[in-house]
Amino acid sequence: MEWASWSDFWHMGGYGFYVWGSYGVTAVCVAIEVLLLKRAAGDTRRRLKRMRQWEEQ
Amino acid sequence: MNLYTYASPANFYILAGKLIPWFAWGAGLFTAWGLYIAFFLAPTDFQQSEAYRIIFIHVPAAWMSMFIYLVMAFWGAIGLAFNTRLSFMMARALAPTGAIFTFIALWTGAWWGKPMWGAWWVWDARLTSELILLFLYVGIIALWAAIDDIKRGDRAGSLLTLIGAINVPIIYFSVKWWNTLHQGASVSLTKAPSMAATMLQGMLILAIAAWLYTIAVAMARVRRIILERERQSEWVKALLEKES
Repeated sequence: MEWASWSDFWHMGGYGFYVWGSYGVTAVCVAIEVLLLKRAAGDTRRRLKRMRQWEEQ
Repeated sequence: MNLYTYASPANFYILAGKLIPWFAWGAGLFTAWGLYIAFFLAPTDFQQSEAYRIIFIHVPAAWMSMFIYLVMAFWGAIGLAFNTRLSFMMARALAPTGAIFTFIALWTGAWWGKPMWGAWWVWDARLTSELILLFLYVGIIALWAAIDDIKRGDRAGSLLTLIGAINVPIIYFSVKWWNTLHQGASVSLTKAPSMAATMLQGMLILAIAAWLYTIAVAMARVRRIILERERQSEWVKALLEKES
């Protein structure tokens, strides 16, 4: 283990801003991609179902 | 049942639906394992202190940005040569994730460059060619979005992907061909890696996580594309009927 405490861990030897700036933005990018994908999947299904209903009328 | 069964969008739709959870969970597990190594097992670097820990996302993201592009070019070439529907759908499904990894590689590079080089950005060959890769991804996605005719769009986008593929070896070898501020490859196929074994291990595990993640999201995206394109077919109609 490299860290004496949690504050030591967040501090990252003085480079916390850069390390967490990198990891944080990466996490946000991944989260946004997954969320958009989930939402888009639902939207597509709903739209196709609506189109089906119109066609049947 | 043979391998070609899954070249049919209807069958691939079902197969992908079953595989996505496995790849997603795999990606999660490998990410947790890789991050544990990255932050708790990998030692402090004697030159860069803790700032070097950015490498654990920077390098896998940069690898993915190039790999995904090559895979897209491969599917584009198959689609152009054999006119297989699913190939073009695969190419389209991969592009957004490739663009995201390119952005992450550039972003983490900037946040690593600032403390180590004193600059967020320099116009050296490695950084510039990677930025061109981002523009290629964005350009290809925009081209696909701009052409309403699906078949024409598929062909135009794949052609652009293939032409742009020349940029990938330029990125990879840029640190050899030109004098760059960016360091040379720490890991290569021909010589022993110039880093501690735990660091390499963490990087490789996170690279596997990135692969699993890419497969999961690309499959999710390709399923949506399949539904859109096959909406007039009987199997999609039956599928939607069953759900509602």
